[in-house]
Amino acid sequence: MDVEKIKADFPILKRKINGKKLVYLDSAATSQKPVQVISAIKEYYENRNANVSRSVHKLGEEATEAYENARKTVAKLINANSEKEIIFVRNATEGINLVAYSYFLPVAQAGGKIISTVMEHHSNIVPWQFINSMGIDLKFVGVTKDFGLDMENLNKIISAGTKLVTITHASNVLGTINDINQVSKIAHDNGSLFMVDAAQSVPHMPVDVQKLDCDFLVFSGHKMLGPTGIGVLYAKEEHLENMKPFNYGGDMIKEVGLEKTAFNDVPWKFEAGTPNIAGAIGLKAAVDYLNRIGFNSIRKHETKLTKYSLGEFSKLDNVETYGPSDATKRGCVISFNIKNVHPHDAASLLDRQGIAIRSGHACAQPLMEWLGAKAVARASGYIYNDKNDIDALVGGIEKVKRMFGV
Amino acid sequence: MLDMYAEEILERYKDPVNKGVIKNATSEVHETNPLCGDSLDIYLKIESGKITDAKFNGFGCAISQASADILLGIVKGKGVENAKNTTKDNFLKTLGISLSPARLKCALLSWHALMIAIGNRQNGH
Repeated sequence: MDVEKIKADFPILKRKINGKKLVYLDSAATSQKPVQVISAIKEYYENRNANVSRSVHKLGEEATEAYENARKTVAKLINANSEKEIIFVRNATEGINLVAYSYFLPVAQAGGKIISTVMEHHSNIVPWQFINSMGIDLKFVGVTKDFGLDMENLNKIISAGTKLVTITHASNVLGTINDINQVSKIAHDNGSLFMVDAAQSVPHMPVDVQKLDCDFLVFSGHKMLGPTGIGVLYAKEEHLENMKPFNYGGDMIKEVGLEKTAFNDVPWKFEAGTPNIAGAIGLKAAVDYLNRIGFNSIRKHETKLTKYSLGEFSKLDNVETYGPSDATKRGCVISFNIKNVHPHDAASLLDRQGIAIRSGHACAQPLMEWLGAKAVARASGYIYNDKNDIDALVGGIEKVKRMFGV
Repeated sequence: MLDMYAEEILERYKDPVNKGVIKNATSEVHETNPLCGDSLDIYLKIESGKITDAKFNGFGCAISQASADILLGIVKGKGVENAKNTTKDNFLKTLGISLSPARLKCALLSWHALMIAIGNRQNGH
């Protein structure tokens, strides 16, 4: 993998921030976009822009073809059985909400149990609190001392009435890559459905929904070089057939009368209104770009970068990191705290050196509480990051420490 | 204008004068910054319309902690009605730090809490 060559594809990386060369280490929040993705969106608007599905003119046909091609590319990316199992949504959050509203809300009054985990992003907690308020129990699997999911705890709280187990594939705070197959088996053995929040995994490693044996899986396009406003819900076709629509309106119908409407087939039943066509085209260009590098190579690069980062961080006094120590068991997300320095101060001072990291609760307040850290600073790497970026970060942290007298 | 991380601010953060808890406070307000999840408690002791003691406690960045410390220094010993005149703009002027829009909220967290504590809700929110 030639990182220098990859860097050259990202126009934003040429930007100077506060007079310094940008070191972008916030890809777990959103990734930067290569010129190939930006051009694909521009090309669509300049040459093929039309509405999908309904127009019989040439542009309409081309737009429809491009939109549906994007669906095929995504289906292949995660090895779905068919492209019918791919629903385009705004982001992972909307995918989770779609499942909550269309599958679980109608059956919530019948009771049962949904199991999530303490490790989740708010997006995989808050929708379930809403469903919980409609009558289903909600339980959370705890986290172990070595930053994994507490399987013993899961085995204890799961029961015959469990309707869904929903967990993150890779933690956006700890980096932990969870043993999806193990959880999937436990869920299915107990007659429960199984959902995966893959927002932090699909961009970084090979993900195969059939191997993972999940019923639902969600991810966002913008974290994998794609534009904002496009995300994916994968669901087994049998579930989609049985689920109620999410939004109602145009495009999701077959035939409309004033009293009654026949809904469209899946996946379009779940895509009411004009979809994010340019977003889907941009996402396809992003997947094509990542496929050219190869997801195995990406994972290898990031594992190496993680190992290097953890090594460099361990040399820093009074800096605590959170997450598994084994780089092969985690993603390139390094959450840390400098003693007596608030993460916002660390991030502000690093920003002055052109280094962009995240600070705060990282949309995972329950996990923060578990960690006993009210907030963290988080550096996250991707295909365009290399050792130089980590060296810049570590040098920046040294500078912050000096300023605060740590 | 002072730099956000000027020596004065950092010193105030490291060695605050008005940090702590007032056990028999007459007014106590808890404020949070939803942006970062930081929280701050303001304790006031008001006797015959005068703020005789003021303390803050909580977890926050250098900007929020130092500005809380400075703000309480300003109003301590003042009459409540007089303290109400510490407008947002006045306070920011006194602080004299050059703040980015994202960090303005950090600087004003304690001011919001104080306004609520002295019953100036209109200004507080």
